[in-house]
Amino acid sequence: MELVCPAGSLPALKAAVDNGADCVYLGFRDATNARNFAGLNFDEAAIEAGIRYAHDRHRKVFVALNTYPQAAKAELWQRAVDRAAHSGVDAVILADPGMMAYAVKHQPQLRLHLSVQGSATNYEALDFYYQHFGIARAVLPRVLSLTQVAQVIDKTPVEIEVFGFGSLCVMVEGRCALSSYATGEAPNTNGVCSPPKAVRWVETPQGRESRLNGVLIDRYAPGENAGYPTLCKGRFDVGNEKNYYAIEEPTSLNTLSLLPELMKIGVRAIKIEGRQRSPAYVAQVTKVWRAAIDSCRANPQHYNAKPAWFSELDKVAEGQQHTLGAYHRPWK
Amino acid sequence: MKLSLGPIQYYWPRGEVLAFYETVAQSPVDIVYLGEAVCSRRHEVRLSDWLDIAAVLREAGKEVVLSTQVLIESGADVTVLHKICANGTYLVEANDIGAVHCLEGKVPFVAGPHLNIYNLPTLQWMAALGLHRWVMPLEMGRDELALLLAGCPAGLPTEVFAYGRMPLAFSARCFTARHCNLPKDDCQFKCIEHPDGLLMRTRESEEFLVLNGIQTQSARVHNLLPELPALRAMGVDVVRISPQSEHTLRIIDLFQDVMQGRTDAALANTELLGLMVEKPCNGYWYGKPGLEQVTELDECGVL
Repeated sequence: MELVCPAGSLPALKAAVDNGADCVYLGFRDATNARNFAGLNFDEAAIEAGIRYAHDRHRKVFVALNTYPQAAKAELWQRAVDRAAHSGVDAVILADPGMMAYAVKHQPQLRLHLSVQGSATNYEALDFYYQHFGIARAVLPRVLSLTQVAQVIDKTPVEIEVFGFGSLCVMVEGRCALSSYATGEAPNTNGVCSPPKAVRWVETPQGRESRLNGVLIDRYAPGENAGYPTLCKGRFDVGNEKNYYAIEEPTSLNTLSLLPELMKIGVRAIKIEGRQRSPAYVAQVTKVWRAAIDSCRANPQHYNAKPAWFSELDKVAEGQQHTLGAYHRPWK
Repeated sequence: MKLSLGPIQYYWPRGEVLAFYETVAQSPVDIVYLGEAVCSRRHEVRLSDWLDIAAVLREAGKEVVLSTQVLIESGADVTVLHKICANGTYLVEANDIGAVHCLEGKVPFVAGPHLNIYNLPTLQWMAALGLHRWVMPLEMGRDELALLLAGCPAGLPTEVFAYGRMPLAFSARCFTARHCNLPKDDCQFKCIEHPDGLLMRTRESEEFLVLNGIQTQSARVHNLLPELPALRAMGVDVVRISPQSEHTLRIIDLFQDVMQGRTDAALANTELLGLMVEKPCNGYWYGKPGLEQVTELDECGVL
């Protein structure tokens, strides 16, 4: 089982490699990837240095090109496929069928992974990408239960990668336009969700407010911890129920306790979310997950997720709390 | 230009669904999408019932299309998908790539609005799999659509979601059950109590989103009726109306009247505004946040 860690910068990539990541994934500095934030991501020089650093230590580098090419500039995405291939990455992570067709035709040696943004939740969908484009691996959206993940693995020749830790998307990735509804920019189209430029913090007599393009996402009482206003994690009113997390609490996915099952059903890679996070976050999370995977691999029968691991991870988790998400049926 | 009626997004009682489609059969709508596209737990109308409704609508001269579920999770979901794709009589709207896989090369199909066809290489590539028609993604605006239409394979019709609350997101979690403090597996089918979904307001009482089981919709009603002449001029072939619990037949008539030139668009729109469940929006069409309402004055820059 591979540990796949995020890198939003060269220092984060080094932190991931130094702390035991098997693979690091990153993006170019433009709209071709789903963490298109200012000050983040890699230019040519950083990619080259990052790949050298990882390959010297026998680790892999994946490039995420996982937004959907927009009609006016589809060439930007095609050029990104070529750039990735020429830089010598180990795989590209794609969501768009047109991009995959381009990659197969122009860069046939390139290993293709299906991004979580491809929304493939069933074996028929995986078969589609496998037969047409020969994808080697797919990242499953964070919507399936453990049993459903096992059923998919049983019926597909494609390697399966699942999310193990990080901010939790409660919606099927690739099928969520909430952010563009409020702000005009969303993951599919712009590689961002609830983009920072649309965020405004306002101090009011009722408390501190977070707004997204003017829409009130949350209001915090004095002393209350304020989180980033991801729009599905705010507090709203529905019917007679006021001021509750109608969609999802600010919380992180953490599947440390599921590791033996994930290994047993044949999950090939665990993905850590967080290319927008600091090198310190990457180091911390990678270190814990490296220890957990090694411990589980050495003795799966007696694996026990250590309380210290949870407390280390909760320190950097969104909302300082964690959940098993959809893997655990009652969450739904 | 033709008029289509999208699948019912909500959970309506069986009798109401049957009555609804009896009136739809008499309406001027050309194309009717049928089936449960949102949640596999909803069972008031089963596949065999949908096929009965389909037969009546076809008899009335409608093009009938069976819509597949957008989020396919369980083995049971895949089994239903197989049955729909192998129905042998009616066109199918693929709302998931898994559905495309079941249909490609076998029968022509409609690429639904959730397949994420945002660019020409993807549209052309999908067309070669046997597209009968494709539906523009909800987020796409007129400028991007114009680029796709310019390179759209000859003879491939384009459909645009033109009226209704927009299905913006899908989840494993049921937000209606969550609101009622019920587990999804024992949701007591609470959706049936909300024929237009469950309104979610911000803490300053702004209508923001609508919870509809595992689906999240826009609270505002996407409305392109005033744009119909522009849509026609661009080469859009089909415009879609998404059903709401009341007035859908009148809304169909208003669209039809404007399309046939029997009523002025502005006049029809004035009546339409009174039939909406919430304020209108059209931001996506103008490349802006979806919840915004752009008026012609804004467009001219004369604010």
